[in-house]
Amino acid sequence: MNRYVWILVGFAGLVALLAIGLGLNPRDVPSPLVGKPVPAFTLAKLSEPEKTVSPKDMQGKVWLLNVWASWCVSCRQEHPILVEFSKKADVPLIGLNYKEVRGDGGFDMAKMPADEERKLAWQRANKWLAEHGDPYKLTVMDLDGRVGIDFGVYGVPETYVIDKAGVIRMKHTGPITPDVLGKKIMPLLAELNK
Amino acid sequence: MIPELGHFALILAALVAAVLGTLPLIGAHTRRMAWVALARPAATAIALLITFSFACLTQAFVANDFSVAYVANHSNSLLPIQYRIAGVWGGHEGSLLLWILMLSWWAFLVAMLSRHLPDAMVARVLGTLGLVAFGFLLFILLTSNPFERMLPGAEEGRDLNPLLQDPGLIIHPPLLYMGYVGFSVAYAFAVAALLSGQLDAAWARWSRPWTTAAWIFLTLGIAMGSWWAYYELGWGGWWFWDPVENASFMPWLAGTALIHSLAVTEKRGSFKNWTVLLAISAFSLSLLGTFLVRSGVLTSVHAFATDPTRGVFILIFLVAVIGSSLALFAWRAPKVGLGGRFGLVSRESALLTNNVLLVVACATVLLGTLYPLLIDALGAGKISVGPPYFNAVFVPVMIPILFLIGVGPFARWKEASIPEIARALKWALAAGIIVAVALPLIYGQWSALTALGLFFAGWIVASGVLNFAERVRQTRAGRSIVATAFSQPRSFVGMHIAHIGVAVFVVGVTMVSSFQDEKDVKLAPGESVDVAGYHFTFHGVKAVEGPNYVAAQGVFDLSVDGKFVRKMNPEKRNYHSSAMPMTEAAIDAGLLRDVYVSLGEPIDRDKPEGEWAVRVYYKPFVDWIWGGCVLMALGGLLAMLDRRYRVRSRAAAIVPAGSQQA
Repeated sequence: MNRYVWILVGFAGLVALLAIGLGLNPRDVPSPLVGKPVPAFTLAKLSEPEKTVSPKDMQGKVWLLNVWASWCVSCRQEHPILVEFSKKADVPLIGLNYKEVRGDGGFDMAKMPADEERKLAWQRANKWLAEHGDPYKLTVMDLDGRVGIDFGVYGVPETYVIDKAGVIRMKHTGPITPDVLGKKIMPLLAELNK
Repeated sequence: MIPELGHFALILAALVAAVLGTLPLIGAHTRRMAWVALARPAATAIALLITFSFACLTQAFVANDFSVAYVANHSNSLLPIQYRIAGVWGGHEGSLLLWILMLSWWAFLVAMLSRHLPDAMVARVLGTLGLVAFGFLLFILLTSNPFERMLPGAEEGRDLNPLLQDPGLIIHPPLLYMGYVGFSVAYAFAVAALLSGQLDAAWARWSRPWTTAAWIFLTLGIAMGSWWAYYELGWGGWWFWDPVENASFMPWLAGTALIHSLAVTEKRGSFKNWTVLLAISAFSLSLLGTFLVRSGVLTSVHAFATDPTRGVFILIFLVAVIGSSLALFAWRAPKVGLGGRFGLVSRESALLTNNVLLVVACATVLLGTLYPLLIDALGAGKISVGPPYFNAVFVPVMIPILFLIGVGPFARWKEASIPEIARALKWALAAGIIVAVALPLIYGQWSALTALGLFFAGWIVASGVLNFAERVRQTRAGRSIVATAFSQPRSFVGMHIAHIGVAVFVVGVTMVSSFQDEKDVKLAPGESVDVAGYHFTFHGVKAVEGPNYVAAQGVFDLSVDGKFVRKMNPEKRNYHSSAMPMTEAAIDAGLLRDVYVSLGEPIDRDKPEGEWAVRVYYKPFVDWIWGGCVLMALGGLLAMLDRRYRVRSRAAAIVPAGSQQA
């Protein structure tokens, strides 16, 4: 045993750390909203544009809020999983359409009047759901993204689990995978619905 | 068809690398000259195959072949041609291909420029590079094939990340990778020396120019990245201590220590173990950087989409390359002699101290970079380590280094005398104090840290000039002063230029952090804002259209003392392919200051003709930061081109092994 062997020992420690690190997800940022009441909002419904919805309407139920937009590529990845989920599970899934027109880089918002943005947003969202299937009990439209700010939307898609008392119990950033749904969301829903 | 050819060439290259990584090494050990002779042709073949493969991928980009998945994900038919070419290394797969391309070129250069080295040594060096290349090619072929087809092909590509659509992208990664990968040559020389047991001055002399070359590229690459962040991100910052920046900075610190340590090993035969360990470390840190960036274990602005299988593969590769060389080191190092003795006050001591400090600095950066991972791994929560940590631990370590830069060149090898050094440096001390007092007075504000930074800048420049003058006086022998000055060895001139580069860099950092000014304001058309005597008048925004984006372009007039200087047009760009708006700052650059304006958001989204959030900066001496880096690289270039490395005599090879050992 010579003193140079200690360098190897140090390196082995580093490797062990990196190996553990591979199993962790640095993006798994705990949301400050977990454990807090769901932020209040009143937004127009996609199916009936003249009607509005607010979280109070969901009081007493365990529900999921999924943030999506037609321009969001990763939403397409998780969408079939949501469609499948909505067929099986008895938990209402509410869609929050986030910045349908503004979030898409292809439009010059400086030139677009507000009513045109509205029209276009409804058109695009409906078309997208018709194409890919509609897993949502209902979708609300957050055209300017202000409700998104209240939720601290970090990247679309995002999914929130909200309990009967209207408290956010979990937040998932990024597309939902079968793994996340099976191992995290479903057990939590079962527990909350007990 | 062409992408398949590129893929095939990569597979062939991997096979040749497997041959290069085994037969010449065995041949050198068992003295089979036929196997030894394989090394050069094999290295040449790998370079040709990989260059061909890279050309194939470039062709797919230029021809908009969206049936290649990588092209479809990183290009677009509207993308201008220069970004289509740079897009080749705009994503994970292609940047790995660039990495291996650089490695193959380095190996090819070693094969070409090593005629004066013993064949067995060349075989060991190229064989080691062959093993590294084999592992990397395997990584590309098994987990990250850039030629993968997507059938049916996409009609249109997803476009290159708008952040990367900038001239900076064309230059930054190739420079950085040349540096990263270049340390593989120093590493291969070290491994070859350990394998042969010939760790001597000749070995140090061979590996010095290669190490310096890699260091030059890394220096320029890091500086380029920093400059790019400064003008592209629109935050006015030039260094963020982001994990990926740290990943490039750690090999730089180790490489800088290595360059200095090699000098001692070459001249005095000392520090051999140190030098070898640093050579292994510099390249290991490059690989670690690759791991941190590619595996996604750390969050960073640079992270590409990540894939855990890639992380596992790189980790195995890391263990194989670093682990085996450290094991080899631990086995051989105890038998290496100590080299020439030296006194407590001597150039050796100064360089040893410098080395220790650089390694400590490198370790603090490593600790800060990996600490969030460690805390997460222990289940203790999520934290991030930011600039306050790095500034607090890094700056104090740098201060003695800056002091030693002035002292080192005056210290004699073996035994120096403090009174002699002090006499020589009293004028440098005076120069430092004058700069430290005068400049802050001109800028109207004095603080201890500002004065300290400026003092060291004056100290380094003055001591360099004094040292140069003294050398000219000593070597003059009747010639004119000018002729003597121009006939000094390039490595000596290069050393001083690089050190003055450090001083210039320090001035930039000190001045910008002490006297910069910024204002965040709301401006309606016709209104204006002043920062540090610069007067910006806002004339509203207009819509402009680029090839693949639309932008709101701000129109500003810059004036000083009522005199119009120039128009400035910062932009807010919306790329068709991305939801994220990009800021293009407008910068008026100057020798003594930059002024910088960047456009935020309109205050009322529906009224872009109204008020806008605007940010203006005054950045004194900021360009000195990158100017200093360019000087450092220039100094390195001169040192590398020193005549003694080009003397084609076999003198270096004839020095019997171990003759330098005391």
